[in-house]
Amino acid sequence: MRVVKNKKWRLGVPRALFYYYYGPWWEAFFQTLGVEVVVSPPTGKEIMDVGVSLAVAEACLPVKVYYGHAAWLAPQVDALLVPRLVSVEKKGFICPKLMGLPDMLRAALKPCPPIIDTTVNLARQPEKGLAAAVQGMAGAIGVKGRVVEQAVAAATNRYRSWNDWQQGYNLDAAAGGDDRPAARVDTSSSGEAPGSSAGKIAPTLPGSSGGQPGGESSPLVGVIGHSYLIDDRYLGMDIPAKIARLGGKVILPENLVAAQMETACRQLPKRIYWTLGWKIMGAALHLMEQEEVAGLIHLTAFGCGPDSLVGDLAERYARRRGKPFLLVTLDEHSGTAGLDTRLEAFMDMLRRRRPA
Amino acid sequence: MKVTFPHMGHLWLVLKVVLEGIGLEVVVPPPCTRRTLELGVRHAPESACLPLKVNLGNFLEAKEQGADTIVMAGGVGPCRIGYYAQVQQEILRDINCDYEMVVFEPPDAHFSEVRDKVKYLNRRPWQEGVHGVILGWQKACAVDDLEQEVQRLRPREASPGQADAVFQQALAALDSAANRKAIKRAVKETKATLAAIPRQADAPLLRVGIVGEIYTVLEPLVNLNIEKRLGSLGVEVVRGLFLSRWINDNLFKGLLPLPGHHPEKTAPPFLNHFVGGHGWESVGDTVAFARQGYDGVIQLAPLTCMPEIVAHSVMPAVQRAQGIPVMTIYLDEQTGEAGLQTRLEAFVDMLHWQKRKRAI
Repeated sequence: MRVVKNKKWRLGVPRALFYYYYGPWWEAFFQTLGVEVVVSPPTGKEIMDVGVSLAVAEACLPVKVYYGHAAWLAPQVDALLVPRLVSVEKKGFICPKLMGLPDMLRAALKPCPPIIDTTVNLARQPEKGLAAAVQGMAGAIGVKGRVVEQAVAAATNRYRSWNDWQQGYNLDAAAGGDDRPAARVDTSSSGEAPGSSAGKIAPTLPGSSGGQPGGESSPLVGVIGHSYLIDDRYLGMDIPAKIARLGGKVILPENLVAAQMETACRQLPKRIYWTLGWKIMGAALHLMEQEEVAGLIHLTAFGCGPDSLVGDLAERYARRRGKPFLLVTLDEHSGTAGLDTRLEAFMDMLRRRRPA
Repeated sequence: MKVTFPHMGHLWLVLKVVLEGIGLEVVVPPPCTRRTLELGVRHAPESACLPLKVNLGNFLEAKEQGADTIVMAGGVGPCRIGYYAQVQQEILRDINCDYEMVVFEPPDAHFSEVRDKVKYLNRRPWQEGVHGVILGWQKACAVDDLEQEVQRLRPREASPGQADAVFQQALAALDSAANRKAIKRAVKETKATLAAIPRQADAPLLRVGIVGEIYTVLEPLVNLNIEKRLGSLGVEVVRGLFLSRWINDNLFKGLLPLPGHHPEKTAPPFLNHFVGGHGWESVGDTVAFARQGYDGVIQLAPLTCMPEIVAHSVMPAVQRAQGIPVMTIYLDEQTGEAGLQTRLEAFVDMLHWQKRKRAI
């Protein structure tokens, strides 16, 4: 891509896939560098339909939705931010599709705006990889020097406070305080922060519910799956809210701290080399060992490679422990009525298993 | 200890001699059949990719013949194959099928992990083990050599099926070959027999390259014998992936100076990064086939195969830029013969039509 210096960039960031993990970081980083960041609107029917029509049929639904967001942004931005996420931690990978995403978009979008496809590979040398990725992204818009360091600092700050806010309930429980870090997060600059939709449903950690006695009438349900499914209310069919409406309480993987998942994953025979699969398995194992958690719902997309193995293992472990486990597979044909019925039945079953 | 291993095309020829070389009693799983697939599908996760299911079927069928230990390869991502062993182990446990598993994979911390596994399996002096490995390698090269000969012959032979019959005999001869001399003799005799097969008067031939995920490319059960089908439709098939090359690339880490894959040279600008599995090679090989003037390319992949979906997604750009027709076929337990045959015939018709158009 040709680098034009001192240009006021309009950079499109699709609100899909890893936006739900690193959105705040990206936004803060590019905003500090003087870039106008345009985030696509939350997924809707139109975006999904466009994505489904552009992508190959065999791709998984989140990738198709990503195509839709990118296509929405394409006509109105100077460039699209589609980092090539190979690995975000040592010895961990994301998924082959994320590694090829920039190339896949280039083949599908006509016309396709320039794509900032900086490779992010932290698999071997995390520090070096991260520095290279930062330099690559800044270099793509023709910026270098001290301002980049400032941008990284700002991005890291925003990312940390957002992360803390997601895990807020854990920290609350530990400190006994009521000062939610959420208050510190500045979300006004970019509209809605990712994950805020999920944050609306109060997650309740086992043991921290305090004055509310017993979980007989409102069973605690662990909803596990990729954030880009759970937090995308259209794509993920808003399952946490549905559970809440059915009188259940929800706990999500984001509400757990890494240490809890790490500990839970130690019982596995081999490290799961997908970063997200590892997270999901860690959350599943941790939650299925909590007495208070009545059951687990695994939300996955049809065609998700890592989930097909990780989810199956999680289900086997849950079955051995006698913990109810519901697998919900999403595709573009998912109907609300069918899902509602399954969720109702699952919640009824959870209540019946726990007599008052 | 009776060891078995998963099937992948003619890999059994190699693994058998290698494992016997270190003094193990080997149970070669029965050749893959519909029953293998059905057994695997019954117990494997529904949306897992096809090789996992077929391999599981191999293990269950080998169990019936008394195998008690599985030797297989693993990996460290991002393709799913690296976690096959763990998932299969849990499945086997849940259905009370008792197996010990020895999984060879890139060491996590130290090379001693691999050495310990070899030590655990080894029953003989190491020289004999090395001899077995060398013999296995020679058999792999011999099979590839003969198979390419058969691929060339299939569309040309006067009565279809003759070349394949000879090839089956050659496999048996190679299996029983105990030294280099016997392998060479088998290759020589087979080549002579193949050369004597009557050919038909020249018919217009098409040349089609096959790319894709290695298991679906090499295993005739899951690709429903696609090479034979294409051969009888008058198509000369050339593959990008071979057993010996795969062994060299993956097990010997490209140590031997063979013509390997160089997707980093051919795949860009269409696909600029490794994507796990053989996705990058699929794109690179397609470009290479186009440059060599092939008439078309068929990409094979198990349904939901992540690397091949990436390759499939960029194929339209390759087709536009290189002007080569590409057909992607996803295979799973539902793939029917009639459907596949129809698609192949239509593709071949289209290629013939295009070739005639270009000739004018």
